[in-house]
Amino acid sequence: MTMGNGTKAGGTELGGTEATRAPRPRKGADPQRSTSGLGVGIGVGIGRGSVPGSRDRSGWTPWLYLLPALVVIGGLLVYPVYQLGLISFLEYTQAQVSGGEPTSFQGFGNYTALFSDPQFWQVLLATVLFAAACVVTTLAVGCALAVLLTRVRAVPRLALMLAALGAWATPAVTGSTVWVFLFDPDFGPVNRVLGLGDFSWTYGRYSAFALVLFEVVWCSFPFVMVTVYAGVKAIPGEVLEAAALDGASQWRIWRSVTAPMLRPILVVVTIQSIIWDFKVFTQIYVMTGGGGIAGQNLVLNVYAYQKAFASSQYSLGSAIGVVMLLILLAVTLVYLRLLRRQGEEL
Amino acid sequence: MKLSARITAPVAALVLAGLTATACAPQTSEGRAATDEKTGTLRVWLFQEVDNAPKKRVVDATVAAFEQRHEGAEVEVEYIPVDTRAQRVKAAFNDPKSAPDLIEYGNTDTAGYVKDGGLADISAEFAAWADAEDTDPTAKSSVTVDGRIYGAPLFVGVRALYYRTDVFRELGLTAPKSQAELISTAKKIRKARPELYGIAVGGAYTYGAMPFIWAHGGELATANGSSYRAAVNSEAARKGITAYTSLFGDDNCPAAKCAQMGGNATVTAFASGKAAMAIGGDFSHAAVEAGTVKDRYAVVPLPGVTAGSIAPAFAGGNNLGVMKSSSHRTLAVDLMKSLAGKETQGELFDAMGFLPTYTDVRARAAKKEPFVKPFIDSLAAGTKFVPASPAWGQIDASLVLPTMFQEVVSGRKDVEAASDDAAKKMDEAFATAGR
Repeated sequence: MTMGNGTKAGGTELGGTEATRAPRPRKGADPQRSTSGLGVGIGVGIGRGSVPGSRDRSGWTPWLYLLPALVVIGGLLVYPVYQLGLISFLEYTQAQVSGGEPTSFQGFGNYTALFSDPQFWQVLLATVLFAAACVVTTLAVGCALAVLLTRVRAVPRLALMLAALGAWATPAVTGSTVWVFLFDPDFGPVNRVLGLGDFSWTYGRYSAFALVLFEVVWCSFPFVMVTVYAGVKAIPGEVLEAAALDGASQWRIWRSVTAPMLRPILVVVTIQSIIWDFKVFTQIYVMTGGGGIAGQNLVLNVYAYQKAFASSQYSLGSAIGVVMLLILLAVTLVYLRLLRRQGEEL
Repeated sequence: MKLSARITAPVAALVLAGLTATACAPQTSEGRAATDEKTGTLRVWLFQEVDNAPKKRVVDATVAAFEQRHEGAEVEVEYIPVDTRAQRVKAAFNDPKSAPDLIEYGNTDTAGYVKDGGLADISAEFAAWADAEDTDPTAKSSVTVDGRIYGAPLFVGVRALYYRTDVFRELGLTAPKSQAELISTAKKIRKARPELYGIAVGGAYTYGAMPFIWAHGGELATANGSSYRAAVNSEAARKGITAYTSLFGDDNCPAAKCAQMGGNATVTAFASGKAAMAIGGDFSHAAVEAGTVKDRYAVVPLPGVTAGSIAPAFAGGNNLGVMKSSSHRTLAVDLMKSLAGKETQGELFDAMGFLPTYTDVRARAAKKEPFVKPFIDSLAAGTKFVPASPAWGQIDASLVLPTMFQEVVSGRKDVEAASDDAAKKMDEAFATAGR
């Protein structure tokens, strides 16, 4: 990605991050340090009696304020994830849910079953490649159009914005159905315009993935575009002007000035896109009829659905869910780590 | 590092709180009712049909008569959408308190529901039921698991060959008498009328493909005691797969379009005039009548291998079953007998065209409505059923057979390799989900 190329301007940007990052640990450490200092001070000055109380209170106060949010997060996030993990270690199918058979502990049985299934590895590979293609294309299209937005007059800008918002607001099922119709071999206008005759997009593996990719990009670029557009508008005009005066080309300005200054925003949209595109379900499910011919277009989420809900192997589906969660966490952490390291080196 | 240390503590605390606050296992329902009340409200779930009003009229009349016979009993009928029935029924199994007493269910689900512990064993009541003597054997086998009976057949659905009389007349063709003739006829039509599929077939149309396997003497799986072994890779089954998949191609139904089609898509293609033949059910009648080919088609049984024979059809259809969790078992069984009895089935045929499961009632229906004759002939020639194993639900849901056909049709694998793979997947399912 272009972010890696942030050279000098990246340094200035990093200075910003450093500046914003720096106070944070201090803020975090401050109360503790000051309380302990206070505690010692009081301990010395007034006596030991009141020390633990005051110290405890100030230490727990932030948690008290955080409690409502933590309870909500715990109930909506931690508990389901915990259940997901738990179920993945059990034999838990419809028979166990409805009481026909006792639930039994399987250890890593579901995971070994999953990892020894060659289809899982194929699906995983397809998912990773497909998600990567979607992320790159979405970001490229989104950023390009965001830059375009800053350069056109009000009316075309409004038109582009409205079109993007329309795509954004379209429910995934509706969007997918419409796309399938547009590319229909018999009735679709796209084949007629392109002169493709009755070429079936969903028959070949790659053309089917390409079709789904178009739809995914179409419905997720607006988020990138709008966010990046907001970021671009926030870049001070002088910086760009200075670069232009130095004779930098448009591409060079984007690469060396705009992109580095947009880095925090690009990080967010990239991570968002990775998570969305890795978990894509609706588009594949609707457009390829649940995974394509002979399962050629399965991605992990659809595969998990097939296992967990269509054939009621909830425990196996949970194991797939846990694997997906770990992969996404790993990818996100590695990505953040990489960015930070690059920043520190510069 | 500091950040992570500050987060770990509360997360650990939350996990601990979660562990202590909840029971450590996911929920499991109790399933079985202890009481058998003779009064109160009976709840019934029936499937919502496309045009449900006639079904409702028949059911309402039967229910009114039932309520008159049983004082203090009240019946509440709810029509559930077919699309979401799987979730609804699973939810009912999981939460007996809000579950109905009597449900309608697709007959391929029987073994799975029994394994899930949702259906009550009513073998004794069924044996003592006078009407049940005339139940045809395939329908009876669709409510039987391991020799025990778990419901009453409500109607059967069977498929036959629809063909365009106008196209056949123009080209001087006659309805095919054997599968070889079916295939050659289809290709002749495609050649003469390239805008039509000779016969619309679908790579995902499992129930349309099965008769080809059965007609060649193949089986999906063979029973071995109470367990099953896949047989789709047997010599005979492979012949059937070869015959069916030979219909995909530019000379009949191009793979690029037909590999993805399911049963509904093939019937739609026929109804909209895009195909000269299709394999459709008695239940597809209304859809075809509503299409552009109305009055220009006829139906014959799907031919078998030898000329003049009929390929064994898949005996689909729905059953009624009493829920194990019902606290009104006796009443529910009685209501089941009324709703699936000869009288109601006869009325349901008149109202909805549902084929009765009793041989005598069916014979009367054929006299009244000549349209159903080819379907009844197909039934009379002998029908087959999917393996009565709880694994079938899983095999069906993981698209094992559609995958096999699609692999062959798209040229990805030959019949040998594809059927071997399918057999392997089926055996895995039989081993894990079966007993």
